[in-house]
Amino acid sequence: MRNQFSRRKYVLGGLVVIVAIVFLIKLVAIQLVNPRYKLSANNNSRHRQIEYPARGLFLDRHGKVIVFNQAAYDVMVIPKQILPFDTTELCSMLNLSVDELKSGIVSARKYSPYQPSVLVRQLSAIDYARFQEKLFKYPGFYVQGRAQRAYQSDIAPHVLGYLGEVGVQDLRGDKHYSTGDYIGISGLEKQYENLLRGKKGIRYFLVDVHHQRQGSYEEGRFDTLPEPGKNIQISLDAQLQKYGESLMNGKRGSIVAIEPSSGEILAMISSPDYDPGILVGRERTPSFNKLKKDSLDPMFNRATMSRYAPGSIFKIVQALIALEQGAINENTGFECNKNLIGCHNHPEATNVKKAIQYSCNPYFFQVYKRIIQPGIYSNIFRDSEAGIEVWREHVLSFGLGSGLLVDLPNVNGGFIPDAEFYDRWYGRRRWAFSTIYSNSNGQGEVESVPIQIANLAAIIANRGFYISPHFIKAIDGDITTPEEYTQIKQTTVSPKYFDIVVEAMHDVVWEPFGTGRRARIPGIDICGKTGTVQNVHGEDHSGFFAFAPKNNPKIALAVYVENAGGGGEWAAPIASLLIEEYLTGEVLQIEKENRILDFNLY
Amino acid sequence: MADFRKNFLARVDWITVIIYLVFIAFGWLNIYATNYQEGQELGLFSMLSRHSKQFVYILAALILAIVVLIIDSKFWVLFAYPVYGVVVFFLVLVLFLGREINGATSWFFIGSFSIQPSEFAKIGAVLIVAKILSQFNFSVHNWRNMTLLFGAMLLPSVLILLQNDTGSAIVYFALILVVFREGLNETFLIFGVIGIFLFLMTLLIPFSVLVPLVSLSALIIVSLKEASFRVLLFGALIQVLMFVALIGVSLLGNLELNAEQLVGFAAIASLPVYLWIIWQKRLRSLFVILSVWAVSLLLIASVDYLFNEVMEDHQRSRINQILGFESDPLGRGYNLNQSKIAIGSGGLTGKGFLKGTQTRFNFVPEQTTDFIYCTVGEEWGFAGSSFVILVFVGFLLRLLYLAERQRSVFSRVFGYGVFSIFFFHFFINIGMTIGLVPVIGIPLPFFSYGGSSLWSFTFLLFIFLHLDTDRFDVVA
Repeated sequence: MRNQFSRRKYVLGGLVVIVAIVFLIKLVAIQLVNPRYKLSANNNSRHRQIEYPARGLFLDRHGKVIVFNQAAYDVMVIPKQILPFDTTELCSMLNLSVDELKSGIVSARKYSPYQPSVLVRQLSAIDYARFQEKLFKYPGFYVQGRAQRAYQSDIAPHVLGYLGEVGVQDLRGDKHYSTGDYIGISGLEKQYENLLRGKKGIRYFLVDVHHQRQGSYEEGRFDTLPEPGKNIQISLDAQLQKYGESLMNGKRGSIVAIEPSSGEILAMISSPDYDPGILVGRERTPSFNKLKKDSLDPMFNRATMSRYAPGSIFKIVQALIALEQGAINENTGFECNKNLIGCHNHPEATNVKKAIQYSCNPYFFQVYKRIIQPGIYSNIFRDSEAGIEVWREHVLSFGLGSGLLVDLPNVNGGFIPDAEFYDRWYGRRRWAFSTIYSNSNGQGEVESVPIQIANLAAIIANRGFYISPHFIKAIDGDITTPEEYTQIKQTTVSPKYFDIVVEAMHDVVWEPFGTGRRARIPGIDICGKTGTVQNVHGEDHSGFFAFAPKNNPKIALAVYVENAGGGGEWAAPIASLLIEEYLTGEVLQIEKENRILDFNLY
Repeated sequence: MADFRKNFLARVDWITVIIYLVFIAFGWLNIYATNYQEGQELGLFSMLSRHSKQFVYILAALILAIVVLIIDSKFWVLFAYPVYGVVVFFLVLVLFLGREINGATSWFFIGSFSIQPSEFAKIGAVLIVAKILSQFNFSVHNWRNMTLLFGAMLLPSVLILLQNDTGSAIVYFALILVVFREGLNETFLIFGVIGIFLFLMTLLIPFSVLVPLVSLSALIIVSLKEASFRVLLFGALIQVLMFVALIGVSLLGNLELNAEQLVGFAAIASLPVYLWIIWQKRLRSLFVILSVWAVSLLLIASVDYLFNEVMEDHQRSRINQILGFESDPLGRGYNLNQSKIAIGSGGLTGKGFLKGTQTRFNFVPEQTTDFIYCTVGEEWGFAGSSFVILVFVGFLLRLLYLAERQRSVFSRVFGYGVFSIFFFHFFINIGMTIGLVPVIGIPLPFFSYGGSSLWSFTFLLFIFLHLDTDRFDVVA
């Protein structure tokens, strides 16, 4: 009987059961225990499409749009879907070489054969239109719309700043960004990035293996709409800015103009400059490299970054401190003793007003000596040590040294020396006034940046206070300026002494022997002071700061022209032209204007 | 007459029929789900889509089942040879007239309708095996009988291999299980299974893991045979001591042996110790087991050496492809990975009917045919996929039970043949989708899309059910 082998049915039955048990264990492992497969499934089939919000616009103080957005198109590629195609035609449409196309596709494939990668960035609308017609011939390629910056005119590149691809640091630090996104790199674009960028929207789609959309994910329950960025109105006066830039054309230097009563920056010019429109789209990289290589450094914002000795302008500060400290009074006179320090020929400075008007160096030598060595201690070293700290505290209250708040990234604080600084240099109690007297006329170790000098003009125009200079005026029409830009900051000098220096600055422009005669504007009561920055490397820098009108001032500014000679020569007339433009809306001093426009330093 | 028919219907094994109906119904739902697209109404009878075609195939299969139950079951006993002849004829014919799909020339086309003769060849093969084994004077010890049997059994396999359809060809080897039931010497089977198993394991598992695993199994078998736990403990201790000693030697001698070499040498060095103990204790039977163990180690070492040291890279790659480790042109393991993702993402209760994303959106290749189990796993989760496995176990055990209760050898062997074919398909197909078995493209019975496979499986099952119904009519 063959049935002697019937026991073998148990072997076969056992085999079935063992196989089933092994299968069930494996199912438990992949379906219940290991979460990897669930994640992979989502990655496979749920495509997350970012809907980019429109970036906020910039408007000038009159509500005129100066920066807006313009559609641009990224050509995307999904390597897995590419079929053989006419490479020559594609390359010519996209302005690519065959090698660039090849390497682009190779690197896209390396990233992912199934996910889209950017092949060509920011195609122009014209190229896009041409490509769109032929797109059906190129499976695997498609175009994704994005916005890029566009500029109404070529003004204020340093103020507005530029955008760039987000770096590793920001990618890690902020969940908002993903690779390839744009972020403000400099200027106001960087300063107000968080307001301008808006909020991305996300739409989820189900996609099949060919990345074809198969409908929404869970009926769009998790989708979010993009929130556009906030439009920012800035205090810049586009017309004034443009005029200032034209005056500075061909010169190295900077201008900062502030509305004294509000601290709003009306114009900020740094020359040489560049057209902000070239740092956009496909020309960005070559333009950027070219600008970086330029020996004149057009991307450097001289208005906030260039440190100069304030020169004679600083005499105003010295006078105010001395009056406040009681080192001098309104009628104190000093002999113009050229043995102490060099000076030019001028009538005798019989009081502080005349000393400012003539910009008398020996006078302020004496003034500074009285401030630094007030005679509290008989030891001059000890006296200077205490004196410099009192002096420094006054100077800092003018927004000089560190600490002037401006709503721009990268603002240099200048430098005001303290006792510790000289101790390190000379040794403790081994220096006195005689060691540091150069500071008396704004040379020596004292340094400031142009925006600080413009702010100083605003302080004098305001007779003793300032509001931190700023661009922000309104956010999406809401004009509540951030608190830090509305706070009134009083200097340590009482307002009554300011009238004296205001009169002096008036005389600088309007009286005979004043150093700022070239700043006169018929019919406008302008007050100013020249400052020649001694430059060991070449021709002196020409500096001038001013405000107008004398009563109820509307504009305060600082003008620096590098290697142009005395302050009265070039900076003063430029200041007067800008003031005329701003206050009257037109310039009648044609001769003066032509002289400036024809003046080229490089 | 009415009495007989009633009687006949009562004798049909309805449990199996119900399982069959559950399988085809659930199978169809999964094919429907795979083709389902959101926002796109699928007419049941748009003949373009697979689910509606499958619906028609199912209707035809049910008619087929009824026809098979009506045809006298003696027909199959009498006409086993002619049926076998016809399927072999078509297998040859398809080589010349067939059309190539996915590299395999295994399809006839009649208009838009296609038929795969290799599926129907299973019927012929099972019939012929039943016929030969049920011959009065057949003996498994007669080599002539055995040559005829294996020749007839494997001829379709060879023809299908010529069509370049390796998966379908391998199925015929499952019929060895039938011969095993009918008395094939177990040693051959065991050696064969161990050999294949070790060969595959060598390629799958690192040498340093496999050798201790094999050694441990050998020791467990010895200790079971001797009914002594001490043998197991003692044997393992010797191996570990050898291993430690070797580490010491390699450290002292600055030999820099790697883990694989240490494990291998430890196993080889232990062998004389065991042999000495066996010699001392005069344990004859253990000698056999130990020899098997030694031969196994030798096989592992030689396969490992051959595969990794002697063979060229492209040869290795080809073997991997044949074994299914490197089957997909889209990249090594793509199929398998996507399949596991689909099943794994189902979780406990699945994503719900028509809610699967992996299978519906073509991430899994061949998702309506060979990888239909992915849809089960994704949409029905662990609940659904374990349900399918458990019902399959019930189905296969039921087939064994039915086969054993046959009174004629022919019916019993046929039953075992049907069992073997279904078991093999179940084992390979589900094992492949969950990554336990190399990717070998054969369908999951009653689930996978396709008329040919559904009809041939229906044929096999219902011929056997009819034989079972008539089991009292024949004399053993």
